[in-house]
Formats: sequence, structure tokens, C-alpha cells
Amino acid sequence: MNVDLTVNGETAVLDVEPRLLLVHALRDNLGLTGTHVGCDTSSCGACTVLLDGVSVKSCTVFAVQASGHVVTTIEGIGDADELHPMQEAFWSSHGLQCGYCTTGMIVSAVDLLQRNPDPSDDEIRAGLEGNLCRCTGYENIVTAVRAAGRAMRDGAARHSVRELMPLHGPTLEPPPSGEGIIPPQFQEAGR
Amino acid sequence: MAFTAMVGARIRRREDPRLITGRATYTDDVRLVGTVYAAFVRSPYAHAKIRSVDLGPALAHPAVVAAYSGHDLHHAHGLKTSLPVAHKMPDLLTPPHYLLAFDEVRVVGEAVAIVIAKTQYAARDAAELVEVAYDELPVVVDPLLAMVGPPYVHESLGTNVAFRMPLRAGDPDRAFAEADEIIKQRIVNQRLAPVPIEPRSMISSWDEGMQQLTLYSATQIPHLLRTQLSIVLGLPENHIRTIAPEVGGGFGAKLNVYAEEAVIGWASMQLERPVKYVETRSECFQAMIHGRDQVDDLEIACTKDGTITGLRLRIVGNLGAYHQLLTPVVPTLTLLMALGCYRIANLDAEVVGVFTNTMSTDAYRGAGRPEATFFIERAIDMVAQRLGLDPVEVRRKNFIASTSFPHTMPTGLTYDSGDYETTMDKALKIVDYAGLRARQAALRKEGRYLGIGLSTYVEVCGMGPSAAMAAGGWDSATIRIEPTGSITVLTGISPHGQGQETTFAQIVADELGVPIDHVSIIHGDTDKVQYGIGTFGSRGTAVGGAALKLAIETIQAKAITIAAHQWEANPDDLEYREGKIGVKGDPSKSMTTAEAGFLAFMGDHLPPGLEPGLDATRRFEPPNFVFPFGTHVCVVEVDARTGEVKVEKYLAVDDCGPLINPMIVEGQVHGGIAQGMAQALFEEVVYDERGQLITGTLMDYAIPHAEQLPHFQLDHTVTPTTVNPLGIKGVGEAGTIGSTPAVVNAVIDALAPFGVVHIDMPLRPEKLWSAMHGASNGVTR
Repeated sequence: MNVDLTVNGETAVLDVEPRLLLVHALRDNLGLTGTHVGCDTSSCGACTVLLDGVSVKSCTVFAVQASGHVVTTIEGIGDADELHPMQEAFWSSHGLQCGYCTTGMIVSAVDLLQRNPDPSDDEIRAGLEGNLCRCTGYENIVTAVRAAGRAMRDGAARHSVRELMPLHGPTLEPPPSGEGIIPPQFQEAGR
Repeated sequence: MAFTAMVGARIRRREDPRLITGRATYTDDVRLVGTVYAAFVRSPYAHAKIRSVDLGPALAHPAVVAAYSGHDLHHAHGLKTSLPVAHKMPDLLTPPHYLLAFDEVRVVGEAVAIVIAKTQYAARDAAELVEVAYDELPVVVDPLLAMVGPPYVHESLGTNVAFRMPLRAGDPDRAFAEADEIIKQRIVNQRLAPVPIEPRSMISSWDEGMQQLTLYSATQIPHLLRTQLSIVLGLPENHIRTIAPEVGGGFGAKLNVYAEEAVIGWASMQLERPVKYVETRSECFQAMIHGRDQVDDLEIACTKDGTITGLRLRIVGNLGAYHQLLTPVVPTLTLLMALGCYRIANLDAEVVGVFTNTMSTDAYRGAGRPEATFFIERAIDMVAQRLGLDPVEVRRKNFIASTSFPHTMPTGLTYDSGDYETTMDKALKIVDYAGLRARQAALRKEGRYLGIGLSTYVEVCGMGPSAAMAAGGWDSATIRIEPTGSITVLTGISPHGQGQETTFAQIVADELGVPIDHVSIIHGDTDKVQYGIGTFGSRGTAVGGAALKLAIETIQAKAITIAAHQWEANPDDLEYREGKIGVKGDPSKSMTTAEAGFLAFMGDHLPPGLEPGLDATRRFEPPNFVFPFGTHVCVVEVDARTGEVKVEKYLAVDDCGPLINPMIVEGQVHGGIAQGMAQALFEEVVYDERGQLITGTLMDYAIPHAEQLPHFQLDHTVTPTTVNPLGIKGVGEAGTIGSTPAVVNAVIDALAPFGVVHIDMPLRPEKLWSAMHGASNGVTR
């Protein structure tokens, strides 16, 4: 069957089995492996994506049901050049360890803040009841969602990974005097 | 440590950008051209003879590429079809554990055939077509019944008892004869499922030209896996590459060598194409190792003042149907930690390991120590309850004094360092213990049941001295100073959420004086990294980090030699100061590690006889285990109308020595507490008497959701160890070990007005409501 999807802003036409789950269409047909599978009973939420802006467990949606609709996966929430405030908050608050549940958790949390921009801790915990995490005990996930809510309400700027964790070039730079340990043959021409 | 710019700092994890953006590569994300997909056919019976396996209907499926039965593997050339068990127990019974069962199945979920097809969906369809005829055999699930079998799980053994290990110290008979009080209690430590959110997954490829097998697997032990694959597959170890890419949680369950890993490897060799297998969650519940499952019978001898004078103990460990990698070791760890942090001189104990028709138990976060901590911490509270003393005072009376470390225990272990009373006092002060007790008394008058529970745990980790381990307990690190000054670190541990890409870089940055982003930490690939033992037993930093520290020292020594030659100075007059080489007492001159590394690369300005290059590989052999400790306090209210437990407060004051990155340590503790609390309140693997797994999905097995857990308040004390050059102890398992008894002690304390002494976990509302309404079944009063 043909399926017509818009995923992270790009359109895709797939020819799939009617029984193909959306999560497998995303992972296997479109190569978007940030969406994970953690169970077979719709319990864990690792596969959470946004369907027309609303969070769904993509293991419980057939690809054909998503035809004609708009899907946003973790890859579309934000990337290294422009992190979503929720991604940055998970990073800053140590809201993840192994990372496997994290992508689905972030998508769910984004949806939660759409519905309730200033949730209490109890509301955050209740709002994430469809997503299981085995590493964090949820403590820092709650902290992260609270921090993201604050940042989003304040209209904070989005950061890139490089702004927050810069990568340097080579350590060895010739000293200004030109007299150093690096011999001339390794110094930049024209310096 | 030279200086502490990064060590001790709460810096963001360097592994996170790829994880939060969905750009990480877990095993199931590995894409290899020509991959075919496997599904296993698993036994629906807990014990049965296999009469026949007909692969024909599956092979007729148009998308099927191959199918193999247990018989096919059993007769395959060069393949050893029994899985390894790592142990040093001379009398252990080790029945064969075949890669695929061919004559008999002994547990529900045991694999009997594999079907490989062009798509995942087709493989599962075709696996359903395999026709297996079984003749059912008698089943035994309860280890106490199995101990005195028949029926026998392995008929040829004529027993279900795999081993017995006695341990006697002091004069227990006299202690019991002279005791003022003797308390007897059976404590069941229920079976748990580890449930990493990423199930087991693996993809194997065979390069016929190179005769090279590459297996990506979600494992905690890539090197040990390679060694075992070599033995099982009959391939030279240097023709196997194992890779643990991003791994989605392990908790001990991926500290193993599974039949599926060997079968997938073998199948890829047969087919000369990549074969992938990702288990379903239901398969994971059946066929990934379980944890805990002990019946612990205790007798505690004490005097009227609360001094515990003796312990009699029988630990019955339910091993399951087969040994997995460390199955028999786990209950022996319980025996070694049976005395907790207390001076109990007289011990009469025995561990009995018993086969049943259930999935193998093995190392699950804490692995044997949570069981010990649970019964000894419950025992302390029972003594207090019997004698009418405050559990705090019973602990204080029996603690090993902070002045007596290192302290050799009657079990033979030597605890490295500790200060149990200081940690407990800090916790009591933070929670205002006296105030809590007053509030409890006031609430009881209103018919409200507040409970206050303590756990003052000590645990053994940093696994461990090789002499005490089933296989080497050391670990390794390589540091390379690259020509442009980047530093590459290859670590033998295999982190999967513990954050060593960050903490190890913090250590290197400080010691070798480079910005942290100049340091790359590489792990989990046997073709890149020198042999390492892996990540488990809270050993990553305590052993792998210690090896890193040794490698740093070697680099520093060579860099000093190079600088001394350059400056025409005596190396003895030079030192590393704030990450740079300098002359002692002369701040004017300095050389960076990168500069020394560049000279070492150029090779033409080196002292005579010194090899070029600046790199080092070192291994750390731990002279002892490390023994982190702490006090956890849990405050609960049990609702008399519903039996529901509300955790009102949870405080953990832990001591794992100095902290490299407090944020990461806290995360480890949070997750540990959550798993321990889940054992206390929610989780339980249940087999029925026919060996059917009742809790086979996440709908039936209750790992906690966010709203079922409270806020965790943390604090710490710092008592370094002398066991390793970093002074640190492990922290991965401490939270799990410390939390379970704190929660249960709190609930039992809440129920004290009902005369309750003990209720076995999990403390679900119906049990507690029944206990509060006079039930006797399952309640010790």
C-alpha cells in the first residue's frame, strides 16, 4: 500500500505492508533510528513521536494510519545545530543515562508543555506516565522538564551543541614569537 | 590529584548530544547491506522432551532464507554447543546448557529453533510455522521443593542441588546458648526482571575473505563475549570482533553470554551475510536473566541491650534451569555480605544453589548484596522491635567502629574504610529523626500510620581482585598523545549510561593539563581497545579509572624525561604542576603534555635510548574490593483504608569516596534507589506451579512510572579508600542495595501498631490492607 507521510518537514511516499507499524516505517524505511522500540505492549513510550503535533506511541499506529498526516520525530524536534530547549534541559539536568528511553521521553515532554506550559512536579510526573525510564528514577527528568518549561516561557534562545560544548582545533599552536617546540615544517605557511 | 579544575565539577555529559538528538547508534540501529532477520522458536513448556522439530513449513515460506533446529546445531562441525559458566567452585554441578535445546527443554522460553528471513516480520511469521512436538515432564518451580526433589530439572544429576557452601566463624553454638533473645525469621527475596529499556539485540556479519566475524551486541562485556564466542564457535579469538555500540541499559542482565549471541554469529557464518536479532519485550522477560530469588532463613542471637551476638543463616538461591555466566556466584556474594556493617562475631551459615524450571538468575544490579543487606537490615529492626529499642540505637551499638579499619570480617572480607556512625548521624540530623518520631506518635493517635525506616548499608564492589573473581578482575587503559595534542583514551570498561566518556576525560584533563574537549574516550570495540573486563559490579571507575590513573602516571614520567632532555635538566628536578611540566621551585619554565608529545612524535630531540611516541597501556589489579556505605531514611504513610504506601520523604546519605562528577554520581544513586524501591513496593516475577511465566510483559510486570516514585533527597560523606590510586569507591549499585530495606523497614514500622514483624515483598496494597485487617497469611506478627 502507498503511504504519504510528511516527516520532519519532508514528504515521503512509501510502499508498505498494511500491517507495518509506523515506528518501523520511520526506522527501517526512512532511517530515522532515533525513535526506539522498547516493548510490545504500548507500555514503555520509547517510540513516542508527534502525529499532527500530538504525541503518539508509534508502535501502536500503523504506517497507513499516518498517511496524509504530519509526523515529527526526535530528529525533527531539534538537532546539534539548534537544540530544542527540552533537549538542552535534559542535557543540563542530567535527565538521561543510557539514553534509550530519552528520545521518546523528550517528545512526550514537549507535548506535555504544549498542553500545560507551567506544570507542577506532580503534573510532570503524571504527564509522563506513558514513558518508562529504568536509569534515572525520573528525578532529573522532572527537573529537566521544569527547566525547559521555564526556558520556553522566557523565550530563551536556542543553542547549538557547539556553543555548549565547543570542540577545539589542534592543541599545539606556534607561540607568537615563532620560537617554540613546533618546528617550521609543521607551521602554517604564510604565518 | 594534581589540581582540580574539572574533577569534582558538575559538567554536562559529553555523550549526551548524540543521545538527546536521536543520533546515537544502538545495536538495532546498525544497518549492514544484505541483512537478514532472525526469530527464535521458544518452548511453551517449562519441562518437556522434544519429540520432533519440523522446520519444513517455515522453510516453505517464500521470505525464509534458512532455519535450524537444536539438532542441526548439535551436529554442526566445530561448534561447541554448551554455554560457559564462570566460577571457581570445585564441586559445582554444571549440566550442559545447549545453544538450542535438542532433546529436552527445561524452562519456558528456551529456544529450540531459529528461523531467518528477509524481513523481521516474515521471520516472526515463519517461526510460528515451525512444528515442535513435546512430551511434558514434571515441573518444579519452588526452590524449597526442588531441594528435596524429584522431579529433577536435570534428570541425569539425580539432584537439583547444584552446590552447597558452608561458612562458620566464631562459636555460634555458644552465642545462641547464651543469648537473651533468639529471633527466627524466613525472608523471601522475590525474583525480579532487570528490564533495561533496550532489549537484547545483536547483529553479526561474516567476512569470508578475511575469515572475520563481527558481532555487534548490546553487551556490558565485549571482550569476555569475544573470548567465549571463540571457545563456543571454534574460531580463533583474533578473527572475532565484538562491538558494544550504544547500549540501552544493562543492570547486569547484559553482563552475560547468551545462546542467541553464539547462534546469530554461527548463522551469519553459514549464510555469509549479516544476521540481525532483536528480541521482543515478551522474549526479554522469558529469556534474559532474572535477579534475586532467594529464601533466607535467619536466626539472630542477641542480648537485652541490643548487642547481636550470633547469626545462623541458610540462603537458598533459586538458580533457574541452567547456569548463565555468573549464576552460581550471586548467592555466594550474599553469604559474604551477610553481616553488613556490624560486629557479629559468630556465624553459622550455608548457601544452597538449587535448579528449578525457571529462567536462570544471575547478576542484577547489586547481585547478591541487596539480598544480604535486606535481611541484615530487617534483622536489626526485628531486634529493636523485640527488645523495645530504637532501631537507630541498635545500629549504633553494633556498628564496626570508624577507628578499626581496615576491618577483617568473620566472612573473610576485609572492609577497606568506613565511618558508619557519622553518615547515619548526618542523615538523622537532616531528616530531624526525633521530630519524625514525635510526629509519628501524634499521627497514630489520629489513626494515621506513619513509618520511619532506616538502612545503614555497606556493600562490596569495585569487582575485584583477580584471585577472588571467576575471571580476571583487573582492567586496562591506554592513553595516546597524538601529534597535534589530542588525547585518545582507550578504556577496557564498557560504559552504557554511567558517563565515563565524561568522568574519565575530567581526570585526564586535570592530570595532563588539556581542555576536556581534547580528550576522546573510546570503548566497547575489541578491534580498537586492548582487552578489558567490562562494566559491572560498580567497577568502571574504581578499576577502569584506576588503570587510567596508572596510564597517566606513565605518560607523565615519560613526558618529564623528554622535557628534562630539552632543558638539559635532571628529570628528578621536574614535576607535573597543574597539568604542566615544570621545574621544582621555578615557575618561569613549563612544557605542556602536548608539547612533550610532539617532541616524542618528531623523535629527533629525545634522550638517547628513549623510544619515540608518547603513549602508555596500563592495567590495574585491585588489591581488594571497595566497600561503599551509607544511610538511607524512608518515611512512608500507609493508608489504612486502602493499604497504599505513600513515600513522604526519601533521603540517601551515601559515601563512595571522592566524587569526580557529583551530577553523575547523583544520577547513579537516583536510579539505584528507584530500582530498590521498586523491589520493595512493586516488582515480582511470577511463575505458576507449571512453570508458566505470569509476568511476561510490561503490562504484568510493574516497573515504576514517574508518578509512582517520590523526590529523592541526596547528601554524602567522603571516606576515601586506599585500595586504588583515585581513592574512590563504586556507586552504581549502592542505591539499589541501600534502598530496599529502608522502604520495607518504614512500612513495617508503620504497621507496628498492628503487631506486624515482617511481610515479604513486594508490599502491595492488598497485602498491607490484609495485614492491617487481621490477616495471618503471609504476615509475621
